[in-house]
Amino acid sequence: MDIRLTVNGRPHTLDVDPRMSLLDLLRERLGLIGSKKGCDHGQCGACTVLVEGRRANSCLALAVAMDGLSVTTVEGLADGEHLHPLQAAFIEHDAFQCGYCTPGQLCSAAGMLGEPGPSAVTENLLDDPELTPHEIRERMSGNLCRCGAYVNIVSAISEVAR
Amino acid sequence: MNRVEGRVKVTGLATYAAEYPVEGVAYAYPVQSLIAKGRVARVDAAAALDLPGVLAVLSVADPPELAEDADAELALFQRREVAYRGQIIAAVVAETYDQARAAADAVRVEYEPADHDVSLRADHPGLYRPEVVNPNFPSDTEQGDLEAGLAQAAAVVDVTYTTPVLHNNAMEPHAALAVWDAEGTLLVYDSTQGATTDRDMIAKTLGLPRGRVRVVARHVGGGFGSKGTTRPHAVLAALAARVTDRPVKVALTRQQMYDVTGYRTPTIQRLRLGADGEGRLTALEHVAYEQSSTLKEFAEQTAVPARVMYATPALRTAHRLVRLDVATPSWMRAPGECPGMYALESAMDELACATGIDPVELRLRNEPETEPGSGLPFSSRDLAGCLREGARRFGWERRDPEPGVRRDGEWLIGTGVAASTYPSKRSPCQAVACVRDGGFLVQVAAADIGTGARTALTRIAAETLGVAPDRVHVELGDSDLPAAPVAGGSMGTASWGSAVVRACEELKKDGREGRADTAEEVGQDSELARHAFGAQFAEVRVSAVTGEIRVSRLLGVFAAGRIVDARLARSQFIGGMTMGLGMALMEETLTDEEFGGFLRRDLAQYHIPACADVPDVEAVWLEEEDERLNPMGSKGIGEIGIVGTAAAIGNAVHHATGHRVRELPITPAKIVMARF
Ligand code: FES
Ligand code: FES
Repeated sequence: MDIRLTVNGRPHTLDVDPRMSLLDLLRERLGLIGSKKGCDHGQCGACTVLVEGRRANSCLALAVAMDGLSVTTVEGLADGEHLHPLQAAFIEHDAFQCGYCTPGQLCSAAGMLGEPGPSAVTENLLDDPELTPHEIRERMSGNLCRCGAYVNIVSAISEVAR
Repeated sequence: MNRVEGRVKVTGLATYAAEYPVEGVAYAYPVQSLIAKGRVARVDAAAALDLPGVLAVLSVADPPELAEDADAELALFQRREVAYRGQIIAAVVAETYDQARAAADAVRVEYEPADHDVSLRADHPGLYRPEVVNPNFPSDTEQGDLEAGLAQAAAVVDVTYTTPVLHNNAMEPHAALAVWDAEGTLLVYDSTQGATTDRDMIAKTLGLPRGRVRVVARHVGGGFGSKGTTRPHAVLAALAARVTDRPVKVALTRQQMYDVTGYRTPTIQRLRLGADGEGRLTALEHVAYEQSSTLKEFAEQTAVPARVMYATPALRTAHRLVRLDVATPSWMRAPGECPGMYALESAMDELACATGIDPVELRLRNEPETEPGSGLPFSSRDLAGCLREGARRFGWERRDPEPGVRRDGEWLIGTGVAASTYPSKRSPCQAVACVRDGGFLVQVAAADIGTGARTALTRIAAETLGVAPDRVHVELGDSDLPAAPVAGGSMGTASWGSAVVRACEELKKDGREGRADTAEEVGQDSELARHAFGAQFAEVRVSAVTGEIRVSRLLGVFAAGRIVDARLARSQFIGGMTMGLGMALMEETLTDEEFGGFLRRDLAQYHIPACADVPDVEAVWLEEEDERLNPMGSKGIGEIGIVGTAAAIGNAVHHATGHRVRELPITPAKIVMARF
């Protein structure tokens, strides 16, 4: 099936297998290996990308459903040589070890910073709460890290959220 | 100093095994056994071969050529006998991943099933004493008169602890990309913890000389032991590529990882501890019951840390193994120490309760002069320092020992402590250092699986050469580089670093190039008990209503020689402690008694800690001067972080609730059910 989509600002027209996920499209067809496959079932967040600016698990999105949409992957976060503040903070805070969950963490954090409103741990649901470490931990819990870099991930994101 | 590869990792440019751009790549997808024991009677591949894009079906129906002495877990499609549910018995190769997966579903397999046995029990008639336990310890040891020691004790603890099947669950699923060239040389991009050892094993399995195989693994998405040995996906990729004359990629699914990439054996551990009125041990017995497969023996060294920890006139340790219709268990972060210290340190807490002695004090009173199991002097040992420093930082002296009495609304609060230990050894390694482009190039086939090896070795080389780290470039993750041991046993930095130091020293003498092989040096290492030690402190909050357990504080204090890089070390420690938190509270793979194999084969059912589960974990260390270890004076730090964490948390849960859970994981149900 033919689809047109924009990835990191570049338009693509592709003929895709209707079974193909957005993640496989990125990795296997477009050579954008930054988005990782940790489970292929929406359980780990390694494949997180931004679809129209909102974070999404690309393993759960069918490529054909992306027709007409715009996708940002970890490769599209930096502005040329200039790292996104989250990328710089992840390096400074040693917020990764093996790095396999990292692209998903970064895209997820980038999306999360733009998400207004309360979370499950917000005391007052009418609040637009401050992004405390407690809020960040809750909001970043869709992105697993087996290396256990959470403590540093939270401090890196906190720095950027300030 | 930031991680050398930090920039490529945060920009998505770091290339992992399945990600190398190779022209004309095809995909292989495994077909797994649906029975736990029996025979594959027939494989009907006709329907699969008719599907679009399918290039080949491999199976026992037409065994591909492999070395006769291939490792039983790697000898794909050689025998019709099935050893466990989930074993790879066939595979489809197709143009695309989706085609291969769909066609694998279309392969029809007929079985002749036999009755299986997948249940570990302490009274299993098949239990036997293995010759040695991993990697090469005697299975049993006995010193002094155990029964007499127990008989004269003022307090005796006789308890059984169990740990479930645990899975490493590295974030990057195991993957390999195999490419044969026209001369019949094989290149495998593999997710491995050791390019040299993986190369040797793949060559052996395929019956090739080592020189005809190359393994590349520049970035590896975690391993925790599961990528320390060659796994069948790599052999499958090589075979499929040979059959189809195409480069072939095999990327295991998360579910398949549970079946064919190893796991931590479940354990049943009986501990008998006796102590006099002052809390001094009169006897210590640790017996571990574990499983292995019918294919090969893997005996985890669960009772071995009891030979290291405490002074006692009578010490008995033993391992009993039963061979079941299961996959072969393997290394998972701190094999032996991790489950063994969970049980031993929980039992020590019970002894503290039984004697009325503070658990920190109890451990201090049982500090040995020399290593209890061997009588060897310690190269260095500062468990006492770790316990004292941890107690000070944690505010331990304010602790009321009474269990089940602190409450904040619905939350019961408790604190616990446990000791950690892990061996500090090294293996022979080679390295080359030379002048290149105005800087220095260091080459060693080491692996960076997230430990920061590249960064640590850069620092070690720079210090030896007396230059700034940014003038040193370390190349690793390629079997064409000087041979190196696996990233395992917390020996990576010690082994590779020794060779890097020696190569850099040679370079300084020569002015252009230095080569090192530490085989002789390591062979002359004096006989000493070499271990790192640590103390873990946990605070938990347990809901009296739901049984939910939240870890609110976690502190680890470690004595691990000289710390090569503070930032990397902290990340390793807190990473290990975080995994230990998972072991304590949530991680468990269930064995499917009915059909064999495992249940909970994904991350929605096998829970690993998520961001919201992990408090501000704190790890600190006491610097040790220990020049007898290696040129850096370092002890391995990759594994000790997970050792003792589960016991500290379990002991805190007891302190909070008054209830002792002896079967991991400590789930809310086990807390709540205790009240009925
Ligand atoms: S790969 Fe998409 S959530 Fe795990
Ligand atoms: S850095 Fe390895 S999984 Fe997160």
